[in-house]
Amino acid sequence: MTVESTAAARKPRRSSGTKRAGARTTPQPKASEPQLVQLLTPEGERVKNDEYDGYVADITPESLRGLYRDMVLTRRFDAEATSLQRQGELGLWASLLGQEAAQIGSGRALRDEDYVFPTYREHGVAWCRGVDPTNLLGMFRGVNHGGWDPKANNFHLYTIVIGSQTLHAAGYAMGVAKDGADSAVIAYFGDGASSQGDVAESFTFSAVYNAPVVFFCQNNQWAISEPTEKQMRVPLYQRAQGFGFPGVRVDGNDVLACLAVTRAALERARGGEGPMLVEAFTYRMGAHTTSDDPTKYRADEEREAWEAKDPILRLRAYLERESAADEAFFAALEKESEALGRRVRETVRAMPDPDHLAIFEHVYADGHALVDEERAQFAAYEASFDSAAEEGK
Amino acid sequence: MAVQKLPLAKAINESLRVALDTDPKVLIMGEDVGKLGGVFRVTDGLQKDFGEGRVIDTPLAESGIVGTAIGLALRGYRPVVEIQFDGFVFPAYDQIVTQLAKMHARALGKIKMPVVIRIPYGGGIGAVEHHSESPEALFAHVAGLKIVSPSTSADGYWMMQQAIQSDDPVIFFEPKRRYWDKGEVDTEAIPGPLHKARVTRAGTDLTLAAYGPMVKVCLEAATAAAEEGKSVEVLDLRSMSPIDFDTIQTSVEKTRRLVVVHEAPVFYGSGAEIAARITERSFYHLEAPVLRVGGFHAPYPPARLEEEYLPGLDRVLDAVDRSLAY
Ligand SMILES: Cc1ncc(C[n+]2csc(CCOP(=O)(O)OP(=O)(O)O)c2C)c(N)n1
Repeated sequence: MTVESTAAARKPRRSSGTKRAGARTTPQPKASEPQLVQLLTPEGERVKNDEYDGYVADITPESLRGLYRDMVLTRRFDAEATSLQRQGELGLWASLLGQEAAQIGSGRALRDEDYVFPTYREHGVAWCRGVDPTNLLGMFRGVNHGGWDPKANNFHLYTIVIGSQTLHAAGYAMGVAKDGADSAVIAYFGDGASSQGDVAESFTFSAVYNAPVVFFCQNNQWAISEPTEKQMRVPLYQRAQGFGFPGVRVDGNDVLACLAVTRAALERARGGEGPMLVEAFTYRMGAHTTSDDPTKYRADEEREAWEAKDPILRLRAYLERESAADEAFFAALEKESEALGRRVRETVRAMPDPDHLAIFEHVYADGHALVDEERAQFAAYEASFDSAAEEGK
Repeated sequence: MAVQKLPLAKAINESLRVALDTDPKVLIMGEDVGKLGGVFRVTDGLQKDFGEGRVIDTPLAESGIVGTAIGLALRGYRPVVEIQFDGFVFPAYDQIVTQLAKMHARALGKIKMPVVIRIPYGGGIGAVEHHSESPEALFAHVAGLKIVSPSTSADGYWMMQQAIQSDDPVIFFEPKRRYWDKGEVDTEAIPGPLHKARVTRAGTDLTLAAYGPMVKVCLEAATAAAEEGKSVEVLDLRSMSPIDFDTIQTSVEKTRRLVVVHEAPVFYGSGAEIAARITERSFYHLEAPVLRVGGFHAPYPPARLEEEYLPGLDRVLDAVDRSLAY
């Protein structure tokens, strides 16, 4: 452990420790070493890939423009939410800035019947599923714990406890397999979350039961202040092998590669070949959430280096290179994006606070005497202020 | 200077600094406790001064954090671990309940478990789900654990030192909405015992018993009640396991009325335990049943409803009136 390695650095080791200190210096692959599937370079050039090209062979200029639109609108929505937090309209916001390609690429690989288990930052995936973005804001404003019907879009509620949802995904996928349904499940989680026991157990369950689930890890390099080196010593995607299923690392800032790799993994799952781990190697450009201060732990140069790999600029360069979009397209999109921003602003500001008695709603499906009693007492207590005011008149 | 005015978070920080400085076996562990200084900055600057070997950023795995702390304690270290927020302790609940709490008994007393688990707890800061809960009763029910909660900067400073010196596992619940409240800390004082309750305000008509975040609310309630001519005594229990029932009993036999206030749900909560014990001890002194004010039997609500969920001044005063009406 770190306890020992620092001790080793400071003072001469006792003889018994020398051997272990030696073992620690054996070369280890660095978790940050990129060996990834890429179809578009940061400059927007198309790279050939024998294994994955086939999965995006159907992509037309029109669908490319669609992917671009998704990313731009998602980024716009995210920026709007960030400013709404700054203006005091939201209590908190977890920005996806920089992760648009990973989310749109994987999100657009899904079919309607597939089921998604997100964490708390999957605004782009929610967009692909057709969840109205304003519904994502209720929990961040503090008026509910998730304002959408998960079954309406096969998009589960956001999960805040790190890693929990991966087990729900494994279980759901076990159900899909039992039902013999032709669909797959995708579970999103972060590089930090991969340290949780729940994630390891979800790998075990889905491998053992050959569950049709794709584990989609967005390795955005940071878990709040902790870099990936504090979570793992082996590239994350390699972990799958030990559980008995394949893992692949994809350029998470390349929307086309994310689309291809996720399609391949989903197809595999639907075909009864079991789970797969996709590690989207990407970067969280903003703060962890609006409560976080990244200047405490990370250098500006790092962000700048990643800005050069911006997923949106990359696709734009490709669209222009291929003459797949003209000025009119970009101008119309800019207008659309302004309109989305306005709608989000207005909807959030108009969002009413919940009724006080909502505290007691849905605690049990079948009702519960104690909850009924407390509700009645609390209602009477609150009403007592009104009658006191009446009498005071 | 021995007396300083410090916010609670800073007082705990100073206390951890003293512990790291005086005992090389003390370790700080948790998510983001290093460079960032914890999400509430309670460990701010400690890694810079004591190094990564003493102030350890752990993987994001609560069961792993507590489980390895147990191992380090077996090896002679005194780990002080941080669980980032109340609602995230549950991945570690298994390790705490089945291992940490029982290790000493299982080894027939031959093993000590000097592990402190710091948990910023409670609501009132407008957070999202799982960031506002008060799970103390879930831990207090388990034998082998000691559970404390400071309400002032001085207690933050001294109780932390005492918790670290304890050879038993201590769950240290820090009232997160009081982190920024300032109070005087005398770093040369001789602190009272860790588990002793304190009479924070003397009174004769009724006793309000609280701990952690609710002490301040109860003091405000006592001030408001005084304006109506009611003399309310306020106890800061400071420890939920063990509970200093003697101090409560003495107070109640003077005032003859008791209201227990906490943020956690009332049902099966610490107020229930106190009500039962005090009824046994002081049945013939009581003029009214022991009343409880706390959270509802409902999930902690979204932020815009937490003011209704949490006991505030009005709900405490309402209970005071109800008790005095008997
Ligand atoms: C069980 C648990 N522990 C701690 C937290 C607090 N927390 C919220 S997000 C986070 C970092 C997560 O990092 P990662 O999994 O890499 O995902 P990212 O936010 O970077 O997408 C932490 C520690 C939590 N939500 N749940």
